[in-house]
Amino acid sequence: MVDVQLSDAEKVFILHGVQDNCREDGRGCEDYRHLEIETSVMSNTNGSARVRLANTDILVGVKAELGTPSPEKLNKGRIEFFVDCSANATPEFEGRGGEDLATDISNMLYRAYDCPNCFDLQQLCVIPDQQCWILYVDILLLECGGNLFDATSLAVKAALFNTSIPTVTVTKDEGVVDLEISDDPYDVQRLDMKSSPCIVTLSKVGHSHVVDASQKEECCTLARLIMGVTEKGTITALKKEGSGSLDPTSIEDMMETGRRVGESLNKCLMDALAEEERQGTKKKSLGFLR
Amino acid sequence: MAGLELLSDQGFRIDGRRPHELRKIQCRLGVFNQADGSAYIEQGNTKVLAAVYGPHEIRGSRSKVLHDKVLVNCQYSMATFSTGERKRRPRGDRKSQEMTMHLQQTFDAAIQTSLYPRSQIDIFVEVLQSDGGNYCASVNASTLALIDAGIALRDYVCACSSSFVNDTPLTDINYLEESSGSPEIIAATLPKSEQIVFLEMNGRLHEDNLSRVTDMAVKGCKDIHDILDQVVRDHVSEVSTVHGWEN
Repeated sequence: MVDVQLSDAEKVFILHGVQDNCREDGRGCEDYRHLEIETSVMSNTNGSARVRLANTDILVGVKAELGTPSPEKLNKGRIEFFVDCSANATPEFEGRGGEDLATDISNMLYRAYDCPNCFDLQQLCVIPDQQCWILYVDILLLECGGNLFDATSLAVKAALFNTSIPTVTVTKDEGVVDLEISDDPYDVQRLDMKSSPCIVTLSKVGHSHVVDASQKEECCTLARLIMGVTEKGTITALKKEGSGSLDPTSIEDMMETGRRVGESLNKCLMDALAEEERQGTKKKSLGFLR
Repeated sequence: MAGLELLSDQGFRIDGRRPHELRKIQCRLGVFNQADGSAYIEQGNTKVLAAVYGPHEIRGSRSKVLHDKVLVNCQYSMATFSTGERKRRPRGDRKSQEMTMHLQQTFDAAIQTSLYPRSQIDIFVEVLQSDGGNYCASVNASTLALIDAGIALRDYVCACSSSFVNDTPLTDINYLEESSGSPEIIAATLPKSEQIVFLEMNGRLHEDNLSRVTDMAVKGCKDIHDILDQVVRDHVSEVSTVHGWEN
């Protein structure tokens, strides 16, 4: 990850701030930074979203392709996450430099979405045993400003909300199955993704924990708890990361906070997406031109 | 590509442009805070982000150090969702490696390399959406990013492509025109001195028409230069107003 170098005094300053629930940028321990979301930014995808969380910039494109279901889940579709750490974010990502971080993030997403109640893969099934939609969720990391996991999951959820899949009509004629994919851009199906999870990262700073740690705070963190939380507060994935160790009671505390923050985060995101959708075509698409 | 008319009898192209018309260009400087310079450009439906880091100390092996000039290091990558059909890898394939090399050569010629000896300048290009003219948009975006980073250039580098259909040269061709099998000339120029720093031709073109098509590309570069120059001037005046420099 991108390195910020802090002196001991700076670390102590951040630590004391967190203790008094007033962080270096004036936030409380459970506050997120300013977040901007825009959907349908890329016209040649089935769904796309761009999220900017303070300095962290993430672009997600979803492409749907017809394919064969995996042998163990014949009546379900598939969802594939691919993370690309662009060298635009930091020269360290040049070549294969970002691959470790990329696998970390995509594995966490796989884990958070691998739960039948949070994203129903049956809606992607076209003909059981034979044809299904494969959703390729491609995540492009353009700038790192801390808290990549949370920002990525928000962008993924927003892009899935924005995704529309063309309607497929299946006709059977004397045993020959015929697929007809509608090419009408308005004859599409939206995904049911209301209960898909958001990732909340809790960083242990000193004796307390904070959400949405900035790069400087990540620098003072020895252990992090990364969890996938749905809008109902179900925890779909949990992972402890970092070199430090955590006390079982503090893990319980952190999970409680994570659940509370995750619920409101999901709600805020869905409200914002619904609001954007209500504006419809009146909204001027800006993308990176702002 | 039967049934697809690249140039109608009335003289319009597939997307409704005249033969000499460029696509709409929109751009912005200073998109990111972390990079030393960054820029975003939209040429029609082609969207490209460029970031510049440096000049800084050489990263990696010391053997790359050049004692009389700067090392220009480029990386071209395409988002996996940028094309119509999903790409499997964002970089590392033959086409993007070639593109990386072309960008490196182009900017080696345009940057005043002798001013930054024993150092390195990184240019990272990310194609977000591709609709033809990826090289051209990448060069134009990188130029803006280099200007944003304050790196000394000989001149703007502007790139434009052109094609030849029905005895008429077309400028700034899109993906459909590019993949139709008609010839394609890509040129990058230093518009003020009218020097060509990069020239490539794909497809078959009669020698007699070569100069007409090349002239069209060079003319396109000049038009792009006017647009980019305006954007840079607007950006600088905006920045100076914010900082209160004009008094």
